[in-house]
Amino acid sequence: MHKPLPRIVTPAAAITVGLLLSTLLIIAAGRDPLAMYAKIASMTFGSSYGTGQVIFRTTTLVLAGLAVAIPFRAKLFNIGGEGQVLAGAFTAAVTAAFLPSWTPAPAAVTIAVLAGALAGSAMALSAGLLKVRYGVNEVISTIMLNFIIQGFSSYMLTNHLALPSTAHTPDIVDTAIIPALWKHSPANYSVLIAAGAAIAGYILLFRTRFGYEMRASGLNPQAAAHAGIDTGLHTLTAMAAGGAAAGLVAANIVLGYRHCFESGLTAGIGFTGIAVALLSKAHPLWVLPSALLFGAMEYGGLSINAYVPKEIFMMMQAVIIIMVLVMQKK
Amino acid sequence: MSITALELSGITKRFGSFTANNDVSLTVRKGTIHAIAGENGAGKSTLSNIIYGLVQPDAGTLSIDNKPCRLTSPREAIKAGIGMVHQHFMLSGNLSVLENILLGDERQGLLSPFRRSRAREVIAGIAERHGMPLDPDAMIENLSVGEEQRVEILKLLYRNAQLLLLDEPTAVLAPSETRKLFTALRSLRDEGRTIILITHKLDEVLNIADNVSIMRKGKLIATLSCDKTSKEELARLMVGRDVVLQADNPPHTPGAPRLELRNLSMQTGNKRQRLEKLSLTIRTGEIYGIAGVEGNGQSELLQLLWGMPPADAHITGSAQLEGKELLGLQPRDIAGLGVSNVPEDRHRHAAIGQFSIENNMLLGRHREKAFARGSGFNRKAREQLLHDITTHYDLRTGGSTNQAFLSLSGGNQQKIIAGRELGRPDLRLLLLGQPTRGVDIGAIELIHNKILEARQAGVAILLVSTELEEIITLSTRIGCIYKGSIRHEFSPEEVQEGRMAPAKFSESIGMHIT
Repeated sequence: MHKPLPRIVTPAAAITVGLLLSTLLIIAAGRDPLAMYAKIASMTFGSSYGTGQVIFRTTTLVLAGLAVAIPFRAKLFNIGGEGQVLAGAFTAAVTAAFLPSWTPAPAAVTIAVLAGALAGSAMALSAGLLKVRYGVNEVISTIMLNFIIQGFSSYMLTNHLALPSTAHTPDIVDTAIIPALWKHSPANYSVLIAAGAAIAGYILLFRTRFGYEMRASGLNPQAAAHAGIDTGLHTLTAMAAGGAAAGLVAANIVLGYRHCFESGLTAGIGFTGIAVALLSKAHPLWVLPSALLFGAMEYGGLSINAYVPKEIFMMMQAVIIIMVLVMQKK
Repeated sequence: MSITALELSGITKRFGSFTANNDVSLTVRKGTIHAIAGENGAGKSTLSNIIYGLVQPDAGTLSIDNKPCRLTSPREAIKAGIGMVHQHFMLSGNLSVLENILLGDERQGLLSPFRRSRAREVIAGIAERHGMPLDPDAMIENLSVGEEQRVEILKLLYRNAQLLLLDEPTAVLAPSETRKLFTALRSLRDEGRTIILITHKLDEVLNIADNVSIMRKGKLIATLSCDKTSKEELARLMVGRDVVLQADNPPHTPGAPRLELRNLSMQTGNKRQRLEKLSLTIRTGEIYGIAGVEGNGQSELLQLLWGMPPADAHITGSAQLEGKELLGLQPRDIAGLGVSNVPEDRHRHAAIGQFSIENNMLLGRHREKAFARGSGFNRKAREQLLHDITTHYDLRTGGSTNQAFLSLSGGNQQKIIAGRELGRPDLRLLLLGQPTRGVDIGAIELIHNKILEARQAGVAILLVSTELEEIITLSTRIGCIYKGSIRHEFSPEEVQEGRMAPAKFSESIGMHIT
């Protein structure tokens, strides 16, 4: 009988608590919190380089957030974003590095982006198949798959693919590069891919009969099965879609920024993606502001690392997520 | 002798803008069985939760044995001698009867020696005295529903509860088990204990209770003595208008055979024979009622016909709808042939609680072309469906159609399911599993009439129900199911005759199902 709170209330309150806590920590670290927040503001949205950094990180986190949010609607907890991002980045970098240099730009970008998305999708899909066919819990299988792809990519890099006396692959062909939004900015046009993916995710889930079935399967698989819905199919497609979103991170990080693959390039992205998805309550459009917040916190923390340890902002992120979970339970 | 066991005065409880209990005053005398009857959503559950300390009233006072008290938790209620048997049992399946009864007992210190044999004697004594035989070492997971309920009652008696609150205790019981329960309750009353029975079954109220209080829309309308009232009067008080208890059943004119089941057998993994060479034919324009005690293969039959048998089932025989074999088909193919299904378990199988009312009206019918537009839904068609079911089924949603299905009362929920399934275009066969379980009188009346309308329109209907009254009211023919096969079938003439004298007919059906 309780009226549901407007959906903005929970995240707003969680963020407020997070802010209060980090304020206390900044004071404990012997700095003036207001000055620090002013500094963060000027270092992020106050400069074109800072803005670029925030957009760059946001792009990554939108996709990593979708990787968790979409399967979540089918009651699947995809912990494997980390491995799926890695698989996508590795595959896209290798594919784009071995493309002939005469490949025209649209084709080269498309091929490399698709290769990344397919690799991420295949990783997640194998966890889906294990679940549908053998009943293996996706939390366990995606964590295991994370280890497998980490081992594989690292082995391939050190033993076969890295340029002599370096720890990275050869650069991708020039035509596969996704151009920067403006000069000296890490932000590039893959931000459009991320926005498009969020909108596509929303339409899929909330505007199609397919999405209706997928949400039904997630909320009550038995009732969905009685209604003639193939719940196994939706497990597979939800995982595949989530994995593809993770794989698309390659467009931003490899094709738009680093232009090659190196070890540690994608470390931690998948896990921050979980936080982004939780804050958005697994709604693809709310993933956008949620990712922006985490992107800004991540770079904001980094930008004042000289004054206060950036770990404070890591703690703040975690506090926000715990608060969201606490408040959802009421 | 009229000692007051429990007295409520001016109890009011609001949830937001909704008033669940409005100035309820009630006196329950010691050593009586007092029924609280009302439709779903009338406030019975809130009231019992207040008595049990689960919910705190906004206003009003409560006194036990003439001593005013405030119960802020079930723990305090138990201390005050109040015990409650919930509709859904609170037992640990992997512990024995004895262990479940001792679980959480206040007299048992954490480190004090565990007097298992002494407890066993006490429990056996109580069980014996009240005619509730039970093996104290049986595992809960191996018990029948009726036996589980006995464990719940014994648990309360072992804690020496003087006032027992039972919430819809017969909803899950077969007729024979209900009789046993009532015998035990009478014996408890005669020992001086007080029993409050929450129910919406008026026959039971008149059968067992000494007094009855009727609730409607959060208010306590009246408290009557059971020997001075009638079922009609109670029904009118509950619903607020005259209710036709017996749906008017026009003459049956069955047509050609539509569903033919031949020698259906089903065995599940642990070698349990669920169905045993079951054969029956349902004609167009007839309702075939299956009477039986729960667990004799009714659920399995419905699952099988809807294409959802257990994964490890071994099935033989045939089930043909107008010559087309149903066995082996998926639910969506079966639905495509013009078959509708009202599953027995509403919450687990028929609806998605968190989905909106509108989304639940579409569930299972969302593939129909009329609702499609591109890859999405046709909004006009959806709104039309919402409007049709809301008006034809007298849905009371309190305004917003966007609210979750879960927030509706059981009666309104079942109206939505019935509206959805009965509204399937070109409906040929209707499978009904307990279509009015946990539904209030007003909604039962409406759903029964809609089922009869469908029959008049030529639909073949299979009705599975443990309520004999429902089977007798609606059926053209009645098959008595026992251990997976139809043991006896009553012809249309016999059923027609039986409807004139339902009590006697129930008895003769009872002979064939136990």
